[in-house]
Amino acid sequence: MQIPETLRYSEEHEWVLVEDGVATIGITDHAQEELGDIVFVELPAIGAEIAKSATLGVVESVKAVSDVYAPVSGTVTTINEALATKPETMNEDPYGAGWMVKVALADPGDVGALMTAQQYRDFLAREQA
Amino acid sequence: MSEGNPASAALARTPLYDRHRAAGAKLVAFAGWDMPVSYRGILEEHRTVRSAAGLFDVSHMGEIEILGPQAAAACQRLTTNDVRLLADGHVQYTILCGVDGGVVDDVTLYRIDDQRYLFCVNAGNVAKDLAWIQEHAGATTVVDRSASTALIALQGPASAGILGDLTPLDLGRIRSFRFARGEAAGLPVLVSRTGYTGEDGFEIFVDATRAGALWDALMTAGAPAGLEPVGLGARDTLRLEAGLPLYGHELDDRTSPLAAGLQRWVRLDGEDFVGRGALLHEREQGAPRRLVGLALRGPGIARQGYPVTFEGASVGIVTSGTLSPTLDRAVALAYVSAALAAPGTMLAVDVRGRPVPAEVVPTPFYRRPRPVPSGSAETASDGGAGADDAADEAAAADPAGGEAHSEGAGARDADEPTVAAPAPAGDVAGAREGES
Repeated sequence: MQIPETLRYSEEHEWVLVEDGVATIGITDHAQEELGDIVFVELPAIGAEIAKSATLGVVESVKAVSDVYAPVSGTVTTINEALATKPETMNEDPYGAGWMVKVALADPGDVGALMTAQQYRDFLAREQA
Repeated sequence: MSEGNPASAALARTPLYDRHRAAGAKLVAFAGWDMPVSYRGILEEHRTVRSAAGLFDVSHMGEIEILGPQAAAACQRLTTNDVRLLADGHVQYTILCGVDGGVVDDVTLYRIDDQRYLFCVNAGNVAKDLAWIQEHAGATTVVDRSASTALIALQGPASAGILGDLTPLDLGRIRSFRFARGEAAGLPVLVSRTGYTGEDGFEIFVDATRAGALWDALMTAGAPAGLEPVGLGARDTLRLEAGLPLYGHELDDRTSPLAAGLQRWVRLDGEDFVGRGALLHEREQGAPRRLVGLALRGPGIARQGYPVTFEGASVGIVTSGTLSPTLDRAVALAYVSAALAAPGTMLAVDVRGRPVPAEVVPTPFYRRPRPVPSGSAETASDGGAGADDAADEAAAADPAGGEAHSEGAGARDADEPTVAAPAPAGDVAGAREGES
């Protein structure tokens, strides 16, 4: 299971990469593995104001519907349009081409509250214990 | 967003549990059992069954025997189908109805001989069914064999070839909805040509203590043909594509078999059975709602519990829905007002507040390719076909199911509970009367 050191993580299994005040958000390798084959993704509109912990989008596997929660607050600047036709990208490359949205951070302090890779690794171990 | 739940000590385990763990299966709680939901991914497992063969552990299902000189009469009283149509070695799909006409369970009934019948029942209903059967069994002996019986389903076009290598039984003589007792891999088994996937295949009953040996033998024999273990996740998508009802979704104690479109398996005009009065009354009044197939015509997936709407008003509810791996589009089964149940009716499914157009279509959504005697080309949808094509082909295949009037694979139509939209005229319903 991959947990890149450069990213920050939420307890809801989203990852965040911050560059120049913009957070790229996706779901973790663990999350995609738990979900299984992802067949449909619902993303917010560009320009939407997203509050931390609110629903950011919906990911559907063959079997189940799962909400994706915003790990940070901000304004949606870009969405990954490719997921509309290739949702399986989230399984195949969860930290790369499977990203979901980019959000202009309302409060850069949100990121500091997220877990580091090591903390997320420990969190997963506790969750699975 | 975590979905997997860790194994709980309170859950029952089948005799094959250790093999599932060893194979890396994802396990989930189902009807009180710790069951494999998938091994390598639901989509891949689904396609394996459609193109080669899959092996399913369905040992969670229940087996209840009913014995004695009065066994046939008791079964006739307990079930909606006509037990008299069964000869030794025949199995039929049938329904246990409550006095009020609700479905206690949908089951398969095996006639082993005239004094010995076997019910194969849904895992979640074993205790309820057992009590219900005992209550109505009169002077018979009712034995719950569930704990000592394992059930392994071998499903897919390669099934007969795989099993044929392991058994002296002549599988060509075990036609659809027939069974035989004998040996497979040197173990005593009951081999039934039935299933829950829409493919050719077998359900193999074996003593629980021998289940592991049979599973291993089948996996080894099937490897060259591409046999893989398949979990409950793909079992659900396979049965849904095949338009087969699932208890707890399309059927329950408050739902009548008539609303569910199962009238072919209800002998309303024959001998009396428990629930017949209520069903006769319902037939007179007309069922207020009907189970239909829906093909979604916009982006989104319908799921159990989502409202179905017509011109903004709620007219029904989705009972099962998924992305069909074979058709690559969202399909669903739903109860809707009877007036809106005709194929071609455009409804909508409320997908989390967003209305997605959904057309009423005939079921099954998928029908397997059948060998045609002439050798000419009647191949049903392959993986690439759209739902439209498949629906058309399904419709075309049905009357062309003159097949069903002869024998062989087509006979399956007569026994298999394909639910929903009204059967096309000239359908195989008539064949059932003579069949089982």
